Amino acid sequence: MMALICHRGTFANSLFLSKSALFTRSSSSLIHTLQALRTRVSPRAESTTSTLKEELIQPTTKRAVEQNIHGYEAIIGIETHVQLSTLTKAFCSCPYLYGSQPNTTICPICMGHPGTLPVLNSKVVDFAVKLGLALNCKMSMTSKFDRKQYFYPDLPKGYQISQFDIPIATNGFIDLDLPVEFGGGHRRFGITRVHMEEDAGKLLHSETGSYSQVDLNRAGVPLLEIVSEPDMRSGLEAAEYAAEIQRLVRYIGISNGNMQEGSLRCDVNVSVRPIGQLKFGTKVEIKNMNSFSAMNRAIDYEISRQVLLHSQGQSEQIVQETRLWEDGAQKTFTMRKKEGLADYRYFPEPDLPEVVLTKDYVDKIRRSLPELPEAKRRRYEELGLTMQDVLFLANDNHVAEFFDTTIENGADAKLAANWIMSDIAAFLKNERLSINEVKLTPFELSELIASIKNGTISGKIGKEILIELLSKGGTVKSLIEEKDLIQIVDPTVIEALVDKVLAANPKQLQQYRGGKTKLQGFFAGQVMKESKGKANPLVLNKILIEKLKGDN
Amino acid sequence: MPPAIQNPRFLLSQCRLPFHFTPAPLQLPPNPSLRRQLHRSAASALSSDPQTISRDPKSPYPSLPSPPSSQILSIRESLLSRQRTAADIADEYLDRLRRTEPQIRSFLHVSETVMREAEEVDRLVESGAALGPLAGVLIGVKDNICTADMPSTGGSKILEGYRPAFDATAVRMLKEAGAIVIGKTNMDEFGMGSTTEGSGFQVTANPWDISRVPGGSSGGSAAAVSAKQCVVSLGSDTGGSVRQPASFCGVVGLKPTYGRVSRYGLMAYASSLDVIGCFGSSVIDTAIILNAVSGHDRFDATSSTHEVPEYASCLISIDDLDSKPLKGLRVGMIRETIGDGVDMGVVSSIKDSALHLEELGAIVTEVSLPSFSLGLPAYYILASSEASSNLSRYDGVRYGNQATADELNYLYGDSRAEGFGPEVKMRILMGTYALSAGYYDAYYKRAQQVRTLVRKSFKDALDKNDILISPAAPSPAYKIGEKVNDPLAMYAGDIMTVNVNLAGVPALVAPCGFVEGGIAGLPVGLQMIASAFNEDKLLRVGHIFEQTLQNFKFVPPLLTE
Repeated sequence: MMALICHRGTFANSLFLSKSALFTRSSSSLIHTLQALRTRVSPRAESTTSTLKEELIQPTTKRAVEQNIHGYEAIIGIETHVQLSTLTKAFCSCPYLYGSQPNTTICPICMGHPGTLPVLNSKVVDFAVKLGLALNCKMSMTSKFDRKQYFYPDLPKGYQISQFDIPIATNGFIDLDLPVEFGGGHRRFGITRVHMEEDAGKLLHSETGSYSQVDLNRAGVPLLEIVSEPDMRSGLEAAEYAAEIQRLVRYIGISNGNMQEGSLRCDVNVSVRPIGQLKFGTKVEIKNMNSFSAMNRAIDYEISRQVLLHSQGQSEQIVQETRLWEDGAQKTFTMRKKEGLADYRYFPEPDLPEVVLTKDYVDKIRRSLPELPEAKRRRYEELGLTMQDVLFLANDNHVAEFFDTTIENGADAKLAANWIMSDIAAFLKNERLSINEVKLTPFELSELIASIKNGTISGKIGKEILIELLSKGGTVKSLIEEKDLIQIVDPTVIEALVDKVLAANPKQLQQYRGGKTKLQGFFAGQVMKESKGKANPLVLNKILIEKLKGDN
Repeated sequence: MPPAIQNPRFLLSQCRLPFHFTPAPLQLPPNPSLRRQLHRSAASALSSDPQTISRDPKSPYPSLPSPPSSQILSIRESLLSRQRTAADIADEYLDRLRRTEPQIRSFLHVSETVMREAEEVDRLVESGAALGPLAGVLIGVKDNICTADMPSTGGSKILEGYRPAFDATAVRMLKEAGAIVIGKTNMDEFGMGSTTEGSGFQVTANPWDISRVPGGSSGGSAAAVSAKQCVVSLGSDTGGSVRQPASFCGVVGLKPTYGRVSRYGLMAYASSLDVIGCFGSSVIDTAIILNAVSGHDRFDATSSTHEVPEYASCLISIDDLDSKPLKGLRVGMIRETIGDGVDMGVVSSIKDSALHLEELGAIVTEVSLPSFSLGLPAYYILASSEASSNLSRYDGVRYGNQATADELNYLYGDSRAEGFGPEVKMRILMGTYALSAGYYDAYYKRAQQVRTLVRKSFKDALDKNDILISPAAPSPAYKIGEKVNDPLAMYAGDIMTVNVNLAGVPALVAPCGFVEGGIAGLPVGLQMIASAFNEDKLLRVGHIFEQTLQNFKFVPPLLTE
């Protein structure tokens, strides 16, 4: 393809994708080549939707941190980049698929060829408005794009189209509930702004470090940047904030929110100050955290590091810098020190008209929003579910949807929650599936719950049927009929079975009557076996006890 | 002492705000016949009578000048009547191009497929198939407009040998209408300059006097039409780059309303000012080209959805004109453009043109645009700022000239240092400075405020007048090398045109007279300005003006030698 031929690798020796680092390093070597790009990216085949299997935030050194930071307060603000799942890029008609061969989803426009112009994908505005509303923001009815200018090989035009002084949404907030196992509690964190921008390409560094290659597949992919107020005070709060953002973007369907693929990227600013001090401490930026637990640990590590320096009277050693989290070492390391503020020379993008929203348009999008996680959690609470259940169910929009449909079909909320959180969750975990990938429908789950409740089948049979429904599908009714699983509740039938078992085990009966009452379980098991598991246990036990007491 | 308008301090010192509209009738003799005499006498006062140039008996042109006619329509006519073949016509133009090019040097690239494409047109004629409106028309395309099958360098070494992957929308539309692209015309690098001396490759000469510049930045496109190396051409106009060379070369040049023609495929200089414009040897030809390239383009978000009228159909034949074809037309002559610092010969040509318009029935008054002198500094700040950003993509990483370097910042620095010429570097530096933190408000933001004022003053003046007139440049074509070391003098030459770009309105330049210079006099162009999307009005007035202008023949001596 033409674009691929035109494309030349840029070879740079650099450990980090830092803009200024490359400019200041002198050891880099650059060679120009026309050879086709060699790929070193391995496409990942990960599920993008399941959060059930996503790691829960690990208990960290939280207690240790709390002791260490006594007398100090951490101030945390987060910048989150959300990659939008639009069909095409922000300003051209190229598709974007994570894991594609390098430089295969590119065109003259996203490669920044002479004479090309950006044309805004209207879906990007739709998604930005959705997120702005979901974050309770004030929408800018007129906003504009600006150019953020810097040189880097992954930035084809020499500027990034972004929004500077008039972002599309400002002044919002997000509500969340902290996990019960960490003490729980409700939090509201402020959202400063949400703005639209385009992503840059990617540099692939060679193993020897002697050259780098440019992959422009990602160049021009739409992003929403969410800037929080500096409202978080611990690694846990920050990680939960990020998790709630992920939940929100998945609920409203604007992004897969996958951190490993880079669809959700968080840059965290951390500073520490003695409690009571009004002035903020020097802030440090942390990057390279690709899971919520890494965020939690990285921030808590950074807080400890800064508090230690404060308490040792070495607070001047905390400098404005960018630090990278290294998962292996469980530490943050200096990536680059900031030498003054970068001047991006922002100015209004003359190639794009202003983005003007109408009230009708915003209202229409507002009406189209689904129930959001916070509203869902409050509703579940009112259903009488425990906070543990609430958080589990509302965590994943697919699970929540499954649960909601189940109870809409008349199932008891608590019972439905139990089924989903125990047997279904275990199955999903074992099979590495997400809830929308299994054959079980919410309707059948409600049927199952009803069949147990009305005594048609026993709970034990119910669990067996469930596995069948999950893996093979079908209906509860047909499975019960097919396998002749209807519970035996008729006392005369059960009495006959009991009689048969007692007659067949005279020795054990004698022992029982001699005082070894523990054998009741043995007899019950034998009767249940005889009934092929279908005997109603309550009726069975009642008749069995009567018979064992033996008036015969 | 240099004329005041060429002294930049003079330009920057005038600031009389707020805007006052002060129309003043021209002081004209009451007797119409006397006026006519005045008009004629101005023409005959020229030391070298332009009529002499066509007295050569070998000349293919009639000895008595007749108004310019449409080359496009005559090509169409001869093709349809089978009088000539497209190949014959193409051969004629190519032959003339080859003869004149060693002196004019207006082309950076000449297409190798012209004859083949012309023969294809002839096959269409033979088969009786419908011909596109531009079938067989040879068009020159400015080198900053992308063509898929030819190099497109924007006149810059940094893009030497670069071949775009696509045709600019305007080029695609021309090809769809049957036009044949004859080649890529020379220009000041990325459109930055007013002489075409700023090309990274060659200097183009003015066909009227090859020791003089053709103007710029679309100097190659203007010279090529003037020397009849092609029928019509495309240029681009950011601050006057179509109109000033049209004036210098004695051809018709049209700068459409911003957004009228798609910019997709035009290498951006200053995106908020850039427009693709056209050159022709008659107003009708520019109208036909404008028709072919206008309209909304889904690849340019700033292109307008405004309806495209049939620009050429409203241009009536000279035979059908009544005695006062412009009766009631309100014409405002911009006072600030005919004062100090403007060449006396240019001023008298414009005043003669005003008289001529009056004879045709127009009501001419003087109007003042007090923000006029502010336009030039505002233009240079805005254009340089946008240019500093637009030219960032020429980094040597993906295409174009790439320096050999050991380190990334040297790759950038060396590629750009070697690839860009001095004028481009100066404007990148100016623009980068103007956008820097701490200076933005004083320069870029202030310039945007001036732009708002300029837009408003044009709107006010055009509410009271149908069109405004002014010279297209403060002087006729000057000598090659004359202003090379005096960039401010060169910038000052843009005073007549930059305001129109800031306001985004359309303007048409038509030859209106001569001033002394060269062997046959130097042409002067009349600039006519209208409200946004009133190109049809401009073309109608321009056409009538051109068809009724007597005693002038805008054929350069080069072609009559």
